[in-house]
Amino acid sequence: MDRFVWFIGYEIGEEKIYSGTGIRLYDGDTKTCYENGNVTLTSYRIIWQDASNTSVQICLGLNLIKSTEKQAGGLGKSPKICFTLDDVPVNKDPGPYSRSRYNHVRLSFRNGGDNEFFTRCTKQLQEKKWLAGKLRANQTASAHVQTSLVEKSKVPELRISASGIGGIRRDIEETNRKNEASISNAFQDLSKLMNKAKEMVDLSNTIATKIKEKKGDITDDETVKFKAHLLSLGIPDPVTKETHGNGTHYHMQLAHEICKVLRSEVDDSGGIMLLADAYCRINRARGLELLSPDDLLNACKSLANLTLPLKLREFDSGVLVLQSAIHRDELVIKQTKQLVRVNFYDNMSSQIEVV
Amino acid sequence: MRRRGMGAGALMKKKMQDEKYKQKANEMATQQLEQLSQHLEAFHANLEEFAAKHKQEIRRDPQFRHQFQMMCASIGVDPLASGKGFWSEMLGVGSFYYELGIQAIEVCIATRPVNGGIISIKELRSRLLKTRGKYGQDISIDDIKMSIKKLKLLGTGFSVYGTGDNLIVQSVPSELNMDHTEILEFAQKHKGRVSPSQIMKALSWGRERSVSVLEHLVREEMAWIDTQASPRETWYWFPVFFIEQRRASIQLPDENSQEN
Repeated sequence: MDRFVWFIGYEIGEEKIYSGTGIRLYDGDTKTCYENGNVTLTSYRIIWQDASNTSVQICLGLNLIKSTEKQAGGLGKSPKICFTLDDVPVNKDPGPYSRSRYNHVRLSFRNGGDNEFFTRCTKQLQEKKWLAGKLRANQTASAHVQTSLVEKSKVPELRISASGIGGIRRDIEETNRKNEASISNAFQDLSKLMNKAKEMVDLSNTIATKIKEKKGDITDDETVKFKAHLLSLGIPDPVTKETHGNGTHYHMQLAHEICKVLRSEVDDSGGIMLLADAYCRINRARGLELLSPDDLLNACKSLANLTLPLKLREFDSGVLVLQSAIHRDELVIKQTKQLVRVNFYDNMSSQIEVV
Repeated sequence: MRRRGMGAGALMKKKMQDEKYKQKANEMATQQLEQLSQHLEAFHANLEEFAAKHKQEIRRDPQFRHQFQMMCASIGVDPLASGKGFWSEMLGVGSFYYELGIQAIEVCIATRPVNGGIISIKELRSRLLKTRGKYGQDISIDDIKMSIKKLKLLGTGFSVYGTGDNLIVQSVPSELNMDHTEILEFAQKHKGRVSPSQIMKALSWGRERSVSVLEHLVREEMAWIDTQASPRETWYWFPVFFIEQRRASIQLPDENSQEN
């Protein structure tokens, strides 16, 4: 309520838009003594006048309104409109309240008319006729708004946020606004993004996780899902020709990297993975530092000389696979033989019974 | 109006109030989801643009490169976005074809559960265009063929076959293909005789996949073709199951005693 000022008179160019009766003012969530009043919406302000004592008039500039929200009535409660307000302007004229704990005020419509008022008020807030009316240039006004927003983010919030649905909603809106501003600011150019990279990584994670909670996944497309999975296996410091030169040493280091990254994936797909699959996966994990098929092949060939958990294997048809070292044909044959033996004896015994 | 503490009226009012709260909660949840989706969209568009325009600079800084990749991973954006360039096209060199190859394999792996590792080159192309995003250069069928050709070194498991316009890309060689086993099992249950439509319906496979596996089994001399069973399609017979069928119908214990 400390943003209200005493009404002195109409300004030049101010138009009356709408009037209502039976209005009570709330300072945040607290009832004020300003009840049963007439309210007038103009293109610049909202003016409240005491119906029983018409000389008492206070007004609130529309330029101070940050957002509006309708609050439906219920049993014993009148419908209300809640206005979230900017900070108190520095050179404010005198008004009924010098201080307030709250950043919002509410109008309670005992006699109805709130929908109409809300619609028209929203329209006036969009049209912002007061900006054209005042002598201040547009740039100064927007700069003023920006600096006040920046200051707001530096000063810790000492005021009490409202409780209830309105409060929750306001908090959510505030977070959304901050995130939106963060994103568009960070991506303005490359150096900004590099500065804010950590924050953006966390934010992107949060957004993706929340969407997955609510919707199940970020996309329906199975390729995108798979791509996201592969990219997330990212290697922070891949082996490159710059770091390890060319030749055998390079290929051996690559072999180590491949085993480290792909070992569990190979085990998961039954101990065998097509070399083309491995090529795709390791390159996705490396992100922008791609390996050519040449390099991959040479690295895998060098696996034969190293005691690593993966080996390269070629089938007669020319198919190349990465095979888990513990996966050996002899082992599979042994296991199969075991299974066949068990089943064969089972079958035999049941047939003997039939006869 | 005074609120009453008890009674049917109060219960009704409470119920109405609860309904209103639930409605409000749903409203807010939907709005929140919309907001989140918008943020995701903004992230997506920004990351794609940066990947396309600032590729070299991103690559130069290893720590940032990794962070950029993590962002792409959360949002599902492809960081590879090279242009083709004149010399790339002429000589078939450069990142463009390597990147396309990686993206092509990725699509094949992702769609394998549905198509068994067999995808028409036209479908591959349309999926590639989708995942490469709006800054991705347009790709032709020839580009795809070229990029797969460059993967030849990686073995014959990944190949293109067919003629003319109807090229098929196969990403699972027969050695590693479980589809054959599934059809054999299916044939066994159906008296050794199956048709592609039967398979399509029972296993929810596409036509290409079903026919391809059946034809493969014919080539491996495990199945015979029957073009006269029905005018609409070819039926396939599996001799290996004839003996079982015969034995089942005559109820002989086993072959050895029969031959005597």
